[in-house]
Amino acid sequence: MSTELVIKDLHVSVEDQPIIKGLNLSVKQGEVHALMGPNGSGKSTLANALMGNPFYTIDSGEITIGGVDILELEPNERAKLGLFLAFQYPTAIPGVSMANFLRMAVSAVRSEDSNGSDTTELIPMREFRRELRAKMKQLGVDESFARRYLNDGFSGGEKKRAEVLQLAMLEPKIAILDETDSGLDIDAVRIVGESVNQLIGPNLGVLIITHYPRLLNYIRPQFIHILLDGRVVESGGWELAELLEEKGYDPIREAHGLTEVVVEPEVEEALPSLRA
Amino acid sequence: MPSELNHNPPYEVQAGDFSREFVEHISKTQDEPHWMRYRRLAAYDVYDRLPIPKTPNEDTWKRTTDMHVQDYWRRTDLRPFKLHRYHPISLSPSESAEHAPLPDALANRLASLNGEPGQIVQQDGIVRNVALAEDLERKGVYFADMNTALKERPELVEPHFMTKAVPVDWNKFDALHGAFWQGGYLLHIPRGVVLEVPLRVFVALSEAGRTDLSHTLIIADEGSQVTVLEEHLSGDTDTPGLHCGAVEIFVADNAHVNYVGVQRWNLRTWNFSTQRAIIGRDAQLRWVSSALGSRVSKLNQLSVLEKPGGHSEMLGLTFTHARQHLDIHTYQDHQAPHTTSDLLYRTVLKDRSRSVWAGMIHVHPGGQHTDAYQKNDNLMLSDHARADPLPGLEILASEGIRCTHGATAGPIDKDQVFYLMSRGLSHDAAERLIVDGFFEPVMQRISLESVRTQLQQSIDHKLAM
Repeated sequence: MSTELVIKDLHVSVEDQPIIKGLNLSVKQGEVHALMGPNGSGKSTLANALMGNPFYTIDSGEITIGGVDILELEPNERAKLGLFLAFQYPTAIPGVSMANFLRMAVSAVRSEDSNGSDTTELIPMREFRRELRAKMKQLGVDESFARRYLNDGFSGGEKKRAEVLQLAMLEPKIAILDETDSGLDIDAVRIVGESVNQLIGPNLGVLIITHYPRLLNYIRPQFIHILLDGRVVESGGWELAELLEEKGYDPIREAHGLTEVVVEPEVEEALPSLRA
Repeated sequence: MPSELNHNPPYEVQAGDFSREFVEHISKTQDEPHWMRYRRLAAYDVYDRLPIPKTPNEDTWKRTTDMHVQDYWRRTDLRPFKLHRYHPISLSPSESAEHAPLPDALANRLASLNGEPGQIVQQDGIVRNVALAEDLERKGVYFADMNTALKERPELVEPHFMTKAVPVDWNKFDALHGAFWQGGYLLHIPRGVVLEVPLRVFVALSEAGRTDLSHTLIIADEGSQVTVLEEHLSGDTDTPGLHCGAVEIFVADNAHVNYVGVQRWNLRTWNFSTQRAIIGRDAQLRWVSSALGSRVSKLNQLSVLEKPGGHSEMLGLTFTHARQHLDIHTYQDHQAPHTTSDLLYRTVLKDRSRSVWAGMIHVHPGGQHTDAYQKNDNLMLSDHARADPLPGLEILASEGIRCTHGATAGPIDKDQVFYLMSRGLSHDAAERLIVDGFFEPVMQRISLESVRTQLQQSIDHKLAM
């Protein structure tokens, strides 16, 4: 049976400022959706709220995965249910090797116990290495990635490819790609797009969140949604992307009586970095 | 005083009997050479004269003229420390033969050994076991408990014991050690001898109110190389104990010494230690200090670079929890030209624990062309923990000096925790992985795998608390 991510009348705020204002959206396993919106429309807020980032407050509404209400679940419990977020700005974790981290993550999401990886047995090293090597080969990722510290000193393109590698290893049911094309040159967009394309199949539902349609030239979605001022204002097929490419967001904005651009507050680097 | 010497009544060891009479008793029952007896008594006089250091309030500290001494104790409160509750130790040949059972914690550590070439085991101040592989003995390596060394190698002990490296008059606890020291060991590596595998030392406290006053003396002759891995642990979690130790290391020209200390006392143990190395021409010393245990710890670690080409490296892994208070002073003492030193201490704090790191790079007027570095980073896992990183420079030379220092302190990065949790790791697992990553820059500078494994185990143990 195919699993579905269902978002109903969702309201999310950041530091008491409402950002998402009654959003409805459903993504089934095997489907590819694109959620497009200009800066400040609430794209990253939605992505973070879905994954359970404690910085974002869900004021009302419902999010379910396969019928399970996830609003009160920790991010790791959401991951275990099959949700994955490819971050717009993946965090660097110095000193933690990609391989070591991935082995823990894969073991955690595949384990039977519900409370995360505290007591989780790690999958055997040999088995893990074989699988990692195969996935790296499939995605054309250099094997040296495994030994490098997680996102530490990675270029923009390397970070996004590392996110896709994690997506491949964790085999989620629903993956959210948050601005995966941002900050990449056209070649890098192509490589990342082709990598994601390889992973798309009947078991993976994808929600691509993006500002520009260019990633969609490589990953062709069946459904396109337009996000404006915290709400999905239009849904349709490929013709919506073409309209955007041609005329931008203004005609849609006008049609919905939205002239003001709401600025989405940036998630600040909350605290002084130790990674100096 | 011959009359005193001949007077030899049976002596009941009592808690708190840190008296002149007891010093005499120790020296006599162990049949020590006269010079050691005089040294103990001289140390006793210093001990007797000095008060237990007080943490001065801010005003007093500002008014005091004796900045150096006062500053050393400024951040550590010793009011709850009651010396009279602890037993001084007397060792006589019959006592050393007694075999109390080894505590499980120690037995387990020993069981993990696998054909190490040399080891010393000490429990409650008394050396229980000394072993050295025959081939090392044939090469002239000397590794024995200090009381035996006093008899067998007085020519090595006398010139080095609390003379040049750790003097008895720096503070009350060094003096206490000098007067009442018991156990510990002498390691002597002759010229050109290279030991590939670390020698192991285990020091345990198990009975209530016991004191460990062990003395470490390492003498590495010209061109020799050795690694010593010394572990301090408690028999259980709630028995009060006191460690008051001294470590003296002499690294002769071209010699390399690695001294790894893993301190895992329980949270009711007081830890005082002064550790000082004298480093020769083109010689290298690497300290690795893993401070995980104790209620209150005051560690003073110093490297003296007294000849050109000398190099000192200080690596530290500190991990505190509950209400632990670990106060570490380091001193990179550049006396000769063309000497180099490097320091990296990383500290993780949980709960309401506190750490202090006060580091000093001191370049003497003769220390031209010094290259020195120091860095201390603190990662706080709790809002109630407190870290005081205090780097310091005192540069009295002017030619070709490169001295850099830095310190950071901050809470765990919430973005990192969220990122890892979004990949399926629980909050605790995410924190642990971040802590491991935080310690990694220190770990990767430790070349011996057996040492890395031992450190990783003790960090894992701490993380599981």
